[in-house]
Amino acid sequence: MSAAGMTDALRRLEAMLLIRAYEEKLVEFQRGGAPGTCTSVGQEACAVGVVGALESRDRILTNHRSAAHLIARGADPGRLMAEVLGRIDGYCGGRSGSLHISAKELGVVLTSTIVGGELSMAPGVALAQKMGQGEPGGIVAVFFGDGAACEGIFHEALNLAVQWQLPLLFVCENNDWQAFVHRRETMPDNAIADWAAGHGLPVATVDGNDVEAVHAAAREAVAAIRADGQPRFLELVTYRLRGHFEPDDQAYVDADELARWQARDPLQGQADRLLAQGSLGAADLVQLRDRVAARIEAAARFAQASAWPDPHTLTHHVYAEQGARS
Amino acid sequence: MTRMTTEQAIHQALAEEMQRDERVLLMGEGVATKRPDLVQDFGATRVRNTPLAEAIIAGTAVGAAASGLRPVIDLLFAPFLTYAMDALVNSAGKLRYLSGGQFEFPLVAMSMTGSGWCVGAQHNHNLEAMFAHAPGLKVVMPSTAADFKGLLKAAIRDDNPVVFFTDLGLLHQEGEVPDEADHVVPLGLAAVRRVGADVTLVSYAKTVGVCLQAAEQLQAQGIAAEVIDLRTLKPLDETTVLRSLRKTGRLVVVTEASGLCGMAAELAALAATRAFDVLRAPVVRLTGPDAPGASSWVLEQAALPTAEAVVEAVRGMLGEVAVGCEALAAS
Repeated sequence: MSAAGMTDALRRLEAMLLIRAYEEKLVEFQRGGAPGTCTSVGQEACAVGVVGALESRDRILTNHRSAAHLIARGADPGRLMAEVLGRIDGYCGGRSGSLHISAKELGVVLTSTIVGGELSMAPGVALAQKMGQGEPGGIVAVFFGDGAACEGIFHEALNLAVQWQLPLLFVCENNDWQAFVHRRETMPDNAIADWAAGHGLPVATVDGNDVEAVHAAAREAVAAIRADGQPRFLELVTYRLRGHFEPDDQAYVDADELARWQARDPLQGQADRLLAQGSLGAADLVQLRDRVAARIEAAARFAQASAWPDPHTLTHHVYAEQGARS
Repeated sequence: MTRMTTEQAIHQALAEEMQRDERVLLMGEGVATKRPDLVQDFGATRVRNTPLAEAIIAGTAVGAAASGLRPVIDLLFAPFLTYAMDALVNSAGKLRYLSGGQFEFPLVAMSMTGSGWCVGAQHNHNLEAMFAHAPGLKVVMPSTAADFKGLLKAAIRDDNPVVFFTDLGLLHQEGEVPDEADHVVPLGLAAVRRVGADVTLVSYAKTVGVCLQAAEQLQAQGIAAEVIDLRTLKPLDETTVLRSLRKTGRLVVVTEASGLCGMAAELAALAATRAFDVLRAPVVRLTGPDAPGASSWVLEQAALPTAEAVVEAVRGMLGEVAVGCEALAAS
């Protein structure tokens, strides 16, 4: 199956397969002694569905669970892996590691691993967009989870975006887990959508494991923001299939609940849909998986071959050039 | 020269920089309410009242700064900065570095602090050392009207995040401000306010005045004190301090902030590590106590280093040297 002949739905499947393979490789790296990461396994449809609805003029803010957003945006898995391994060919020269990767060239700006940090900065990026700093008509999407929705800054950001009429898409990946605490212990059910609606935002709650449903909702929200300049809110209901970070034995996770969500794996769901529609054959799926696996193997080789940063550069980039100690 | 208050100098700096660079915008609790002339001149888009929510004001400034704007935020009183810590310390101070230099954060966070208004510890807390300790941030705390104007203009033009403190006690103090069209005072340069060869008094903000009063009293006793106004706490002008110390051999650091891990501790460490060979007496730190600021006028004043305390400290230092010389002569 050639890349050129693929439908958008197939591309979305391939993007999700690539994200999954990338993160599985990171899990393998961690078992080999590399730093652990916060994976987005199980949440791939959220990233692929929303990011695919954005244009290059749009900006993205994300968080510690960012790999899916970055890869969906077109980030090179090799440079991402190099960053996770702390090598100079990483997007941030190895200074970020997995937790705060941003890639200005891709419009993935200001990634914060402080839960809610991305929400605090997003209105400012949208304000700059509105005041003419970016490309005309560009909007901003900010990704966060149900944990961030429990932070006070969630409400401050939503309130300001509404009051200042900012072109901002809030994307809450409600994955039921806030580090090691289940959401049922921290908030009433359906609270996120209600809280957002309470701030006067149009809200859509969507099955976050159905990439086509996510994509359709995101397209609608993005078009609405571009049309009237007002913020929108998407709640994507999904589930964190792996632990908070690697390694995590998930001993605290209810096995039945986990099994129910594993049965709703977003990759399998999209593959089944396309197989049923006849737009994907079993052999095509194997071919897709092989293509993705080959890319990830090449990426891993690139990252492992990348040099370590020069320790003499330790304090480079702390201050801007005119600064005293940069 | 024109005589004006600190408050007027700050306003002039804001107006001039907004005129000079259309990317400069002002946000905060009441900035549009209090500065209607700026709204009239530059529009409501660039002069924005905000909700009373420091975390999102600062966070918005960080996002805007990384995206091409040059925000100035007024967070009113320094203790409110603790609500803005994540945006200033974790985002503005770290994300340039963590991104490998992809982003810059040209923003200024203004706030007021210091004794004199009897507002108590939740409006008066000299937090400057906390921010000096945070990598990526610059910290400015001027003492004269001319410097408030010149340093604020420099801070707005700087490509780094700058935390700019205004000592409440100086807000209505008048001073001469140069009339030149573009009066900018570079960050990172201390000012020698008085020249002397016997002892170096280092301070910043309101306590510079205390040191100048002490120097005057010491002069009457035949002791020549050099008074250094740091103006910028980070980057710290170590050169000016060390140059003075090599001349006088004696250092008294005077701050309204408490002593533990503060600027006075940093200057004492500077003297110990870089000028130990010239020290003729132990360094003296005169600082506020490790206590929240009280509201009662009497208690508030009791927390402050006074000119008399500075004089006494200096006389003690010189006395120790005299005793030492006598002991040497007797042996």
